[in-house]
Amino acid sequence: MFAYANPKRFMELSGRVLPWLGAATAILFVLGLYLSFTAPPDYQQGDTVRIMFIHVPAAWVAMMGYGFVALASLIGLVNRHPLADVAAKQAAPLGALFTALALITGSLWGRPMWGTYWQWDGRLTSFLLLLFLYLGYIALWNAIENEVRAAKAAAILALIGVVNLPIIEFSVQWWTTLHQGESIFRKGAPLISAVFLWPLFVMAAAYTSLFFTLLMVRMRTEILERRARAIALGANA
Amino acid sequence: MPPFLAMGKYAAFVWPAYGISALGILAAVVLSMRAYYRAKTRLSAAERNQK
Repeated sequence: MFAYANPKRFMELSGRVLPWLGAATAILFVLGLYLSFTAPPDYQQGDTVRIMFIHVPAAWVAMMGYGFVALASLIGLVNRHPLADVAAKQAAPLGALFTALALITGSLWGRPMWGTYWQWDGRLTSFLLLLFLYLGYIALWNAIENEVRAAKAAAILALIGVVNLPIIEFSVQWWTTLHQGESIFRKGAPLISAVFLWPLFVMAAAYTSLFFTLLMVRMRTEILERRARAIALGANA
Repeated sequence: MPPFLAMGKYAAFVWPAYGISALGILAAVVLSMRAYYRAKTRLSAAERNQK
């Protein structure tokens, strides 16, 4: 896998994959939105159930994104792989965006269902912490001028912060919370009806596909910028 | 208000949730693509200057 992960090969491969991935993302969004708005209202939650189709995928991608940042950071730290730092750096702003969207849409879902926009419970607080971890990671990259040192410092923060992922996941079991417990990936059948699961999974696929499409675009941007900087530095030397 | 727009009685929560998500996603797409084309132009200029 590492043989394909040098910047030159990445540019070639991503150049070929990106149009297809972009098209798949667009199709998944159209299909997902169609299913989201044609699903029946929930017998308890009414039409607010439609917020689930954008809230849950955003939350899943936010957590997957942090796992990706941490894994890429680990590879960057251990193997000093040239693409790993680029991948981690460019995934973080996307992860922060999806975390913010999950928090905002969750808050808009919470008000009619729980009677409040916000509650300082385990799930919501640990998810807010995820946003701060992302912002801290981005801030570290921007604060340190030397790219190698910035990558190292940010990677250490990413790896420390990974402990927050199981806290988010199990918070609904560990502490009393307004947030509903695990209802999809659990022992036994999901607690959600298939008419809601389909739009949810299609939207989750759309959000995941969007994450990787934008990640590829951002990684290509970073590689082009580094090349331009290297040429400019060579010309000035 | 048409039933679809009324979203039961929850239009004030459903539509802002979709609107903010659409805005955030569109902004990410536009900013990422703009930065990509800017980087491409910058690299082309650097390569031209090098020759």
